[in-house]
Amino acid sequence: MRRWLWMPAVLWVIVLAGGWWLSQRHRQMQPELEDPVIAVMLKDPARIAKGHYLATAGDCVSCHTARGGQAYAGGRPLPTPFGNIPAPNITPDAETGIGNWKFRDFWHALHDGVGRDGEPLYPAFSYTSFTKVPHDDAVAIFAYLRSLPAVHQVNVPLGLRFPYNLRSTLTAWRAMYFKAGAYQPDPSQSESWNRGAYLVQGLGHCNECHAARGAWGGIEASTALTGGRIPEQDWYAPDLSTQANGGLQGWSRQDIVDVLKTGQASKGDAVGPMADVVANSTQYLRDDDLQAIADYLLSLPARAAPARVRSNLSAQSLTDRGSAVYGERCENCHGKDGMGIPGIYPPLNGSASVVEPTGINATRVVLLGGFPALAAGNPRPYSMPPYAQRLNDADVAAVVTYIRQAWSNRATGIQERDVATYRHTPID
Amino acid sequence: MPQHNRRCRGWRVGYPYTFGMATRGRPTLRMCLRRLLPFTLLICVALAHADQPGVPDTLQQRIAACTSCHGVHGEGSSGGGFFPRLAGKPSGYLALQMQNFQRGLREYAPMEYTVRLLTPEYMHEIAEYFAGQQVPYERKPVPTLTPSTLQRGEQLVMSGDPARQIPPCQACHGKQLTGTEPSVPGLVGLPYDYLSSQLGSWRTGTRASAAPDCMAQIANRLAPADITAVSAWLASRDVPADAHPQSAGSITPPLRCGVLQGQGGGA
Repeated sequence: MRRWLWMPAVLWVIVLAGGWWLSQRHRQMQPELEDPVIAVMLKDPARIAKGHYLATAGDCVSCHTARGGQAYAGGRPLPTPFGNIPAPNITPDAETGIGNWKFRDFWHALHDGVGRDGEPLYPAFSYTSFTKVPHDDAVAIFAYLRSLPAVHQVNVPLGLRFPYNLRSTLTAWRAMYFKAGAYQPDPSQSESWNRGAYLVQGLGHCNECHAARGAWGGIEASTALTGGRIPEQDWYAPDLSTQANGGLQGWSRQDIVDVLKTGQASKGDAVGPMADVVANSTQYLRDDDLQAIADYLLSLPARAAPARVRSNLSAQSLTDRGSAVYGERCENCHGKDGMGIPGIYPPLNGSASVVEPTGINATRVVLLGGFPALAAGNPRPYSMPPYAQRLNDADVAAVVTYIRQAWSNRATGIQERDVATYRHTPID
Repeated sequence: MPQHNRRCRGWRVGYPYTFGMATRGRPTLRMCLRRLLPFTLLICVALAHADQPGVPDTLQQRIAACTSCHGVHGEGSSGGGFFPRLAGKPSGYLALQMQNFQRGLREYAPMEYTVRLLTPEYMHEIAEYFAGQQVPYERKPVPTLTPSTLQRGEQLVMSGDPARQIPPCQACHGKQLTGTEPSVPGLVGLPYDYLSSQLGSWRTGTRASAAPDCMAQIANRLAPADITAVSAWLASRDVPADAHPQSAGSITPPLRCGVLQGQGGGA
């Protein structure tokens, strides 16, 4: 019996050696030159312009630019429950960027989530969505990135904790949550609807925030666009259905177009990270693409009614206190009826950000105040005072509970301890 | 109004009328509309105003996020509060600070969040607003300190400490310490807590400016006790009657400063 104990060790060595040989082989098989057909495409100004538009629609710049850094030169850390993942430099610098990449490498990354050396990529790079980007669009985006000025900026090392820093763990993750594939058009729907579905599910990677993540940070297809908490950032990205029990229940086509174009709609404003998305990405979308997104979102089905929470409405004393704080601090702008002032101050009655399931958004907006998204259609917006310094946890909990249950709103109350948590959430 | 209604009740809103062909003796639709127009306009204006009860279309109204801490005129928080005065500071300085918060050169989470999405144009407009405000200064409370500490503070401000290569504050921040156009802030009229925490921030790197960062060099040459001394002396100083910043180009910086476009000699 004992004499066979060496067998697993030998097998292990063989597997490792084989793996090493395969990875070397992969490296050697990289073509030295760009495919000549692609090489011509990469120089085409019209394609570069298209790529610029698509890169904007995909909001690549937001993650791939450090605060105060040069555009697309990377360095912004994406916080995850497993540690920080900094976005890399994607300018065409040969040493630190993608200067030596061929389109084939880019396609592997975008479509398959595989790095240039054959390593699996962390899904902080949303290849789970980008796999739906068609080949032509990918060529255009690559052409645009190659046209950028090269910035020499060394990539920040990964800040992941053990065991997540071992890329081999990704093999299991990918088996559970990732399947490479193309966007499959639905022939029963219009061209515009299909374009919208592609932008939302694919290039726009809306699901990366607007869907709940499991314990391992993956998204189940069944939760697509049903809303989710953004890990580590403490904001809630609401459900995007406009139908019964949807997060955007009652939103019209115009509301969807308006909020993406200007950050403001008659039903509510884009808050938190969505304000950044509007500022960096959606405000630049063409009207036909905004209409396409609206077409698709308007078709999302009604949602199941939320389970009735026992004693959903909070204690009278809490509501009274909240009503008093509201009268003193909020009513002047948002109105006694919670309807706000169109184009100036957003409504709270029926607002997606107010009634989302967690209460995080309303709590944080009360604490932080600030400016809504600035867009070409709204360059000098009105702003809201931050109340972090002037209201204690109990008052914030009371007023947030009040606005979540006043008028037509029927959401759960907020606890004092939640306010304390969000008060200390780091910004960015 | 009722009169017009009565007179126009005889409308036959039929096919011919839409082309202005009226039956004789009856007011045409067009005539009625003409008479009603001023009233309709009045009602529309009234409704528009009812819709927006008293929201002035002013910058002051738009920047409630700023004024709720810094004061409607940028006077800073009253009493022993932390929030600095913005009124009358050079607009270039104010715009640069907002930009530094955006870039993460200057760290203070509430400010970083508030200005994160502002465009350069909007920040410039806001900076101009606060730079143009003239409001009286308020004397801020100062901790009780020994005369020798205050003396040390005065020495640092007026003549610096050549042994430690610390130039006097006056050299850049102006003879009257009211700042210098376009980008050096005044130091008088600021709360003690704010001044001392800023000097601390320059040392820990949570406040920074364009390289070469001369203020960071100076703050690091100060001893911890010097920070208390200089902040207390500045905070206890009376504000001169003319609190305007000195004119641009009126200083020769003793250090090379990135924020002053590299002006000045060596360290």
